[in-house]
This record gives sequence, C-alpha cells and structure tokens, in this order.
Amino acid sequence: MTIVTPLLLDQGRPAGRAKPSAAAHLSDAQIEELGRELDALRESVIATRGARDAAYIRRVIATQRSLELAGRAALLFAKHKPAWLAGTGMLTLAKILENMEIGHNVLHGQWDWMRDPDIHSTTWEWDFVTPAEAWQHTHNDLHHTWTNVVGKDRDVGYTILRMDEDQPWTPRNLGNPLYNALLAPVFEWGIAIYDLELDEVREGRKPVAELKRGLKALGAKFVKQAAKDYVATPAAAAVTGSAKQALTATLTANAARNIWAHAVIFCGHFPAGADTFTEEQIEGETRGDWYVRQMIGSANISGSRLMHLMTGNLSFQIEHHLFPDLPSNRYAEVAVKVREICERYELPYTTGPLPKQVASAWAKVFRLALP
Amino acid sequence: MPSIRLLSRLASAFTTPRSPEDFLRLVDPLASARQLRGLVTSVVPETADSVTIRFRPGKGWNAHEAGQWARIGVEIDGVRHWRSYSLSTGAGQDPAITVTAMGKVSTALVRGTRRGDVLFLAPPEGDFVLPERPRPLLMLTAGSGLTPVMSMIRTLVPRRADADLVLVHSSRSPEDSLFREELLELADQFPGFRLVQWFTGERGRRLDLAGTGDLDAACPDWRDRAAYACGPAEFLDAAEALWQREEGELRVERFAAVVAPGSGGEGGRVTFEKSDTEVEADSATTLLAAGEDAGLMMRSGCRMGICHACVTPLLSGQVRDTRTGEVHGEPGHLVQTCVSTAAGPVSLDA
Repeated sequence: MTIVTPLLLDQGRPAGRAKPSAAAHLSDAQIEELGRELDALRESVIATRGARDAAYIRRVIATQRSLELAGRAALLFAKHKPAWLAGTGMLTLAKILENMEIGHNVLHGQWDWMRDPDIHSTTWEWDFVTPAEAWQHTHNDLHHTWTNVVGKDRDVGYTILRMDEDQPWTPRNLGNPLYNALLAPVFEWGIAIYDLELDEVREGRKPVAELKRGLKALGAKFVKQAAKDYVATPAAAAVTGSAKQALTATLTANAARNIWAHAVIFCGHFPAGADTFTEEQIEGETRGDWYVRQMIGSANISGSRLMHLMTGNLSFQIEHHLFPDLPSNRYAEVAVKVREICERYELPYTTGPLPKQVASAWAKVFRLALP
Repeated sequence: MPSIRLLSRLASAFTTPRSPEDFLRLVDPLASARQLRGLVTSVVPETADSVTIRFRPGKGWNAHEAGQWARIGVEIDGVRHWRSYSLSTGAGQDPAITVTAMGKVSTALVRGTRRGDVLFLAPPEGDFVLPERPRPLLMLTAGSGLTPVMSMIRTLVPRRADADLVLVHSSRSPEDSLFREELLELADQFPGFRLVQWFTGERGRRLDLAGTGDLDAACPDWRDRAAYACGPAEFLDAAEALWQREEGELRVERFAAVVAPGSGGEGGRVTFEKSDTEVEADSATTLLAAGEDAGLMMRSGCRMGICHACVTPLLSGQVRDTRTGEVHGEPGHLVQTCVSTAAGPVSLDA
C-alpha cells in the first residue's frame, strides 16, 4: 500500500518551458532522476520511523510542559526580580518550543503516523492566537503547495510587505521596514489576520460567511489565550502582590516568542539565494520540478542542535519544504543527503548562521521599499 | 462532584489550549482528557505462549460486566494499534486480559508488556453476558474462547450458592489449557460448578458437535440449560447449527472476522474526503487499516464487524465485505470499514 501525493505529477510539463535560472542547466531527464532520488530519500526515512522518534516528540512535549508549569509557578512571585526573570525566561522558552518544534510540526501531520490522538494534526491546538485550522489552510495548503510563486504564494510579503521584485511597487511600500519592525513583536496577530484572507474576501474569492466563521473562531481563541496570559496568571500572582509584574512577564514572553518566530520564519524564503518563481514557470510542473522549486526557493539556518530545536527545525527549511510531513527530528540526517544531491546537480543550497540570514532578509525588506 | 468540575474549569483557564490533564500526565501516566489509559499492574504467564495482563484503568472506565470485551491500544514501534480482548476477571474487578501470542499485536503484548507500562483503552462493550435471572448454564468453549467465560465463572461461582454451571472446555492438552489450576480448584470447592475438559490431543479427535453424542455424554441435561459458546469460527458454526436443529437457545461470541474464501476483491484507490488523503489499498487491506496506515484517526471498535463503531458513509465506489465476499455499496451507504476492502476506487466521508 502506498500513499499517493496527488500534487506531484510525473509528467505534464509543456515542452520547451523555461526552467528557473538556477536549474536551467538541468535536462528534463536529470530533473526526473533528481525527483526519484528525493522520493527514495523520503521512503528511507518513512521505513525507519519508529519508537525512537515517538520517544523524541514525547520528550520535547514533556520538557515544554514542565517549563511552562515552572514558568507560571515562578511568576506567582514575579514582584521579586529573580522570579520575574526566571518565570519570563521559562515561559518564553516554553512558548517557543510549543509553537515551533511542537505546534508547527504536529499541525503539519509529522506525527500523525503514531495514531496518537494527543499528538495529531486533527486534534492539536496551539498556544498562538490564530486557530490551528485557519493556519493549516494558509500554511500547509497554500504556502507549501505554491512555495515562492509570486501571485500564488501569499507568504511572499504576507500581503503587507513587498518582498519580491516582481511585486509592483507603490509608495505605500516605503513603509516596508517600519511595517516589518512593527509586525515582529505582534507576529501572532499578523498571522491571525493574514489567515483571515481579507484580500481574498475583498476580491470576492472567499465568501463573507467563511470570513465570519473565521472571525468567530479567532475571537473565541483570543478570549482563551488572553484570559490565560493576561487575566488568570496575573490574578493568581495577585495573592503575593505580584499581579502587575506577572502581567508584564506574560506580555514580555509573548512578545519575545513573536520576535523569535518572526526572525526564524523570515529566514525561510527571504535571504539572498532563495529564488522566486512566476506562474508561467510552474505550469505543468512535474514531480522533479516541484522538488527543485522547493529546494531553490528555501533557505536554511546553520547552527547547533539547540538552535535547530528552538527553530522547530525550520532551520532545515529546505528539507522541510521537500518533505513537510517527515518528523522534524529527522531533518538533520536528511539534510546531509539533500546537500549532497544539490552539489551533485549543481543547485544552490542556501544556508548561513542566523544573524547573517536575518540581516539578509532585512536587507531585502529595506531594498524593496524602493522601486 | 461539582467542586472538582469547577476546579478543572479553573485549571483549564491556565492550561488552554491544553487540558489540565495534559499537565497532570507529567506525574500521573493515566491522566488524559482524550484517551482512556490503563497501568499494567501485573503480567503473569498462563501457558508457554500466553499471559494474563492485569491493569488499573484510569478515570472514565466503566466497570465491566462478566463476558464483555474492550479495545486495547498498544504501541508497536511508535505506532498505536488497537485490538479487542475479552476481559477475564470477575465483573467489577480491575480488568485483565489473557492474550495468546498470535498475530502482530497479541505477540507484541505477550512478549513486550511489563509491569508499569501504559495501555490505551476503550470502555468495555458487548452483550455476551450472564442472564439476568439465575438458571442452569452450559458454557461451551475452545482454546482462548475460554477468556470471556472465565470472567463469568469467576463472577458467578464463588458468589452464588445456587449457581448451576457446566463448563465444557476443549483444548489441545492440559499444558495448553488456560486457567486450568483455578478451574480444577473451583470445581473441587463449589458443587454448583462442573468442569468437563476435552483434550483433543489425548482423545485423538475434536469435540463432535455435528451430532449430540459428545454433548449427551458431557452434560446430559444440556438441552435444559442456557448455553453460551465461544471459540474458533468452525466450532461456533457447528454449535449454532446444532442448537438450531434442537431449537435450543445459544449465545455465541465470535473472536475473529470470518473471511469468506476467495474474497478480498481487487483493491483500489481509497479517498478519505474529509482528511484530504488518498491511499492505494490492495485487496487484503481493510479500509480501516488503509486509513490508519495513512495516519488518519479512524473511528473503530471491535475490528471484526460486530460493533458497528467504524461505520462510515460511502461517497462513491463499491466495497467488498470480507466476511461474505459480497461487493456492494451506493453513495450514502454506511460501510463497516473494519471488514470492507476497496473493490475499485472508493471515496469515504472520513
């Protein structure tokens, strides 16, 4: 029995269609062979998924929950500086782990193979203001299918920033750096509003009824999230006279998590070296073409194991885009082989340390503010 | 207890979007808001290839009636598998299952279960239970078909002075016979319980249910008794045929789905519409297994076509019933995914 990925066709590319410049040197046969190699790589990981991987995600979840419990407990005494620092630190770490290594990856279905209803893409809700379901639609369905196709992948600029030369310039884009700087600390709100797809509604492609449903779900989620961080936790800390400090602590933790998530996510496709594509370029795309697009459209972050954990292994953005539903803990070993494949086929493999990649993404934000 | 509910509501204000139980599980392995669990308290060998696993169920478990079964979830290589097992302890006691190492899941349970392990559970089900009013009983069992009946015997015999129960149990040899010591002891101790053991190895033949001779010899008044049977399919088929001829009343419990010879069909592409998943399933893979192998959370129950917990609307295509070999299905029909395979391309509302 094999799982069919309907997206990836084996044939269909119109003869003579231009390939992306980074892959122009490859023949159709080579691209087909590259597709087969990547399929085999995927199969090899699936064949060896097992108890060790299950233990890994459970360990991360237990660590995250312990950190969150300890963090909120420390905040009960937040009027004492060390308790505030420890509580805020632990809560920030917990929130980052929850969103990145756990939430993002569980919602991708990376752990569905375990058939554990407690760690499953259909049951998981995350500690982030946008409801999981809304995000799964814009992220898993739209972004991962149309990665970096200008006009199709709405993640190119998230509908507020100009992030590609092919997006027409308007004077509004002068604010690019400002918008991005304002977005970072409230990133979860940026995502929540983005997931509502207001532009799609405005243009009549998304029914208003669906928007209303989305708003309702977002409202319900917001009430619970805000009640936890900004009401319940400070109220409990009021017992020791620490209400105000507990409130600043949860605000800080959420902002820090947002800034971190924003930084990591902007390193995924915006640093120099990551390619974008036109709709014409992907017409009749084959399985191999699709893989090539994911590879040359994504950028990695190099670093330590802790770094990979804290980015939710999105530091292996290239591998994640090739195989979005493989368990995140396996991307590191996959990366070695993907890199080797890229070298052999003379395709770019964009990677660099976090500061460099963040700077590169920001450089683009600044540059594209101007025509 | 409203105060506990209030406390839990309060706690969930701190734990959203998780439940308080998710955090409680850091210290209590049985805590779960979503999935009933059981902690293995002992694993005792019964025969060379069978063990009795006793467990303490977490909150949410309903005490079982004698003769009922429950679905047990076990993790093998990180993947959760579910099978149904009869509960062998007396009604209301902490449950136990007696498992023989046959098939992937049972073998993993027999060889791999240790005290302190966590099993996943579904509440007990089944109506293969004792009659409401006391009356003379005949239990006809073969092999591991003894397990649900053992629960009935343990419930009834020591507690009711007026119990009148005959057990005719067939197995290969004394060494293969489950619960043998305990049964002999009970028969010795309680005059209302009579044990007839049929060892096929020693007798050189099986208990013959084609005629009434063997039964007449083992339990002369068998026609006057409420009869229960549990064992392999052919054993039950023979018993059912016999009781039908004699117009007696018989309750049976079947353990495995009966697969019609030559059935299975041709397989095909199965589309799970709601989950947006497509799978190629061969003629030997049930729709349930196909969905589960693709990582979907499929609804399921007994996994042998009895309980109908797995029924799912068919959107298009046809399926083959593995028990009868029959190909059927129209849009909107409910199909039992646990005993159906794809007969060509199939689309399910799941």
